[in-house]
Amino acid sequence: MLAYVVRRIVSTIPVMLIVALFVFSLLYIAPGDPAAVIAGDQATPQDVERIRISLGLDRPYLIRFGGWLWDVVNFDLGKSIFTNLPVTLMIAQRIEPTLALCVATLLLAVSVAVPLGVIAAWKQGSWIDRAVMTFAVFSFSVPVFVVGYLLAYFFALRLDWLPVQGYTPIAQGFWPFLQNLILPAVTLGSAYMALIARITRATMLEVLAQDYVRTAKSKGVGQRTVLFVHALKNAAVPIVTVVGIGVALLIGGAVVTESVFAIPGLGRLTVDAILRRDYPVIQGVILMFSFAYVLVNLAVDLLYTLFDPRIRY
Amino acid sequence: MAASRDHPAEVWGDYTLMKRRCFLKASAVAGISAGALSTPALAQGMGRVLRFVPQANLANLDPVWGTQYVVRNASLLIWDTLYGIDSKLEIKPQMAEGHELSSDGLTWTFKLRSGLKFHDGEPVLTRDVIASLDRWMVRDPLGQMIKAQMDAMEAVDDRSFRIRLRAPFPKMLYALGKNQSPVACIMPERVARTDPFKQIQEYVGSGPMEFVRDEWVPGSRAVWARFADYIPRDETADWMAGGKRMHFDRIEWHVVPDPATASAALQNGEVDWWETPLADLVPTLKRNRNIALDIADPFGNVGSFRMNHLYPPFSDVRARRAIQIALSQEDYMRAVVGSDDALWKAMPSFFTPGTPLYVEDGGDVLKGKRDFDAAKKLLAEAGYKGEPITVLVGTDQPPLNAMGQVTADLLKQLGMTVDYVATDWGTVGQRRAVKTPPGEGGWNIFHTWHAGADCITPAAYTALRTTGDTAWFGWPKSDEIETAIAGWFKASGQAAEKAALAEINRKSMDFVTFVPTGFYMGYQAWRTNLSGVVKGPFPVFWDVKKA
Repeated sequence: MLAYVVRRIVSTIPVMLIVALFVFSLLYIAPGDPAAVIAGDQATPQDVERIRISLGLDRPYLIRFGGWLWDVVNFDLGKSIFTNLPVTLMIAQRIEPTLALCVATLLLAVSVAVPLGVIAAWKQGSWIDRAVMTFAVFSFSVPVFVVGYLLAYFFALRLDWLPVQGYTPIAQGFWPFLQNLILPAVTLGSAYMALIARITRATMLEVLAQDYVRTAKSKGVGQRTVLFVHALKNAAVPIVTVVGIGVALLIGGAVVTESVFAIPGLGRLTVDAILRRDYPVIQGVILMFSFAYVLVNLAVDLLYTLFDPRIRY
Repeated sequence: MAASRDHPAEVWGDYTLMKRRCFLKASAVAGISAGALSTPALAQGMGRVLRFVPQANLANLDPVWGTQYVVRNASLLIWDTLYGIDSKLEIKPQMAEGHELSSDGLTWTFKLRSGLKFHDGEPVLTRDVIASLDRWMVRDPLGQMIKAQMDAMEAVDDRSFRIRLRAPFPKMLYALGKNQSPVACIMPERVARTDPFKQIQEYVGSGPMEFVRDEWVPGSRAVWARFADYIPRDETADWMAGGKRMHFDRIEWHVVPDPATASAALQNGEVDWWETPLADLVPTLKRNRNIALDIADPFGNVGSFRMNHLYPPFSDVRARRAIQIALSQEDYMRAVVGSDDALWKAMPSFFTPGTPLYVEDGGDVLKGKRDFDAAKKLLAEAGYKGEPITVLVGTDQPPLNAMGQVTADLLKQLGMTVDYVATDWGTVGQRRAVKTPPGEGGWNIFHTWHAGADCITPAAYTALRTTGDTAWFGWPKSDEIETAIAGWFKASGQAAEKAALAEINRKSMDFVTFVPTGFYMGYQAWRTNLSGVVKGPFPVFWDVKKA
């Protein structure tokens, strides 16, 4: 197992290299000019060109890529063209809110959606099943920003229970931290919950039709034990897979959620950087996201062994 | 360039934005004003802190290197200027105690106020001022003009310095005290020695607030703390002039990219002041009794229909005139600001309406019924035969998206073939600098807007210049207009200046340097427990109080 983990982590190196090459090349050929943004609208073309030269943007592709790659290998992601701050610092400033949002969303989504999916499968065809599926279709269909606005309107503006926007680090107290996180996590989690609930229901229906479930029931095993111990454990592999895949969904959704709730996370950093053509930041953040995604996949693969002992690495 | 275009990063693309705006309008109708009833519980006990939502993200803080207005606005808290413009557009001493001008108009001698200190405790000396002006002169158009005719800038003593010129420059005080970017901010010499094309590393000034760098999270938050050793002037504060008295220990800028969220935060009392409310949200805010609204910047913005003078059809003045006689400013302005007539004006002029030097000479061509038949005839005379017209539209910027759509319709009505390039502002910013023909990566038309404060006179009005290859994008060339602009720089006194502007306007209308699409303004909104908020070309924080 340990050898497998090490092998998988080592295998991320070529993946990261390919991602690096891809991202750098894509940005190189993409239109847009950070020098023009910096210079402002009143600047002359000569001023823009001088800024471009001072930023090294006039250098050939291979020299720029080589230089950047060398820095990355030395754990230096460079400095933002606009803020002049190290990219690693900017990521460090932004990672806590995004991590907190994603973890809160994940916990919320799994703890709500899995039981809902199990109950819907158990009560297949009943009003509970239909209600759960209606909720799932609705949550998956409504855009994240609409959910966000609705929640903000009711729980912040109308009821004044929660703040509309912002983020409080956990170091400043758990309750203020949680207050700022509830609405964004529910917003971001809505589509995720729908996805997990549907997959859980579908997989559970399949498992509940298996002979061993009928046998367990006939032997007098309690309904709860049948559902949550025997059936759910065997349905877990596809559910865990979807949860893992959904991390990409979370990252994408975090971009919108962070904007709607003005959370200073990595999603907003990425969009800001893309629109400004802040190349070092874009490259750094995408590399980091790629690495995180590879790790999540690894974690999912390892979790398979917990739920299905037949799987061995 | 105006406000939000400095920070395209907060917009998610037009499609999404429009959908959200529609949704928000519906929410507003449904009674979102209930926010007026909510208790701003989260804002209690923060009387000495001002929480402000700026027009855009503060991504850098060098007023010379980064000329975006959000940078200028932030810089005015940190750095002071020798002179400052007031609401009557008069230039008043600020860091300067006064000046003397030699009888031949060639030598300016300035003296600093006593007791000026930088945030690091060091006194402000003339060597700091000279280094700061040296750096500023490289990047500022007026500064470049001073530098071009400057013999020397030298210290007389620690508090006095002189500028010796080869020719009189009547606009000297205006240059030193203007509010347009880049502002002539005074920095410590060690900071000001930075290459003007590279960012400074220290944000040390002598202004009323110190920048709290440790709390700066670009894209989210910027914080200033009151500078205890700042000595305001005795006069009443008036824009950049007068005593800049701060009534807050701390100013926090909260970057809220989503207008609906900013609106809700203001209604909920989580922020105190929002610089640029979206026009769609203004009715909702107006219904909230805890919120006050007023025009933010009385100088507003001037919309621009910019044509490429290098390539047909717009290399021929007749084609440019065809656009000029067919274009309806009302169509553009209604598309930009909607139905609120208080927010826009037609402007048969290149200059900012409502300012003392405003002229309309030669502007009749933009008034009255639009003449499509004559326009089509002019296009035919210019040799236009249906070639594609490449229109660059930054759809992530609502005003530009709106103007682009009106233009597409206008060109079609004129029988032109439209190659509509819908893209983001960052791409427009790059592509407009390309001088190759439109079919080979270049362009024919793009839209932008200029801050009205920049369009009061030709001083900082780069878009008006017609120096050909070195001119602003579109590269218009007219020696006659340049001569007229030079005439304004030499003019002294309001009557002479106004006559010079009349000449420039006439010639520019005739040459069609570009076509102004109208003058429009925006609101600012604040909670009613704030007092002292004034209209201005930048948010004026001094003399604002919070109950």
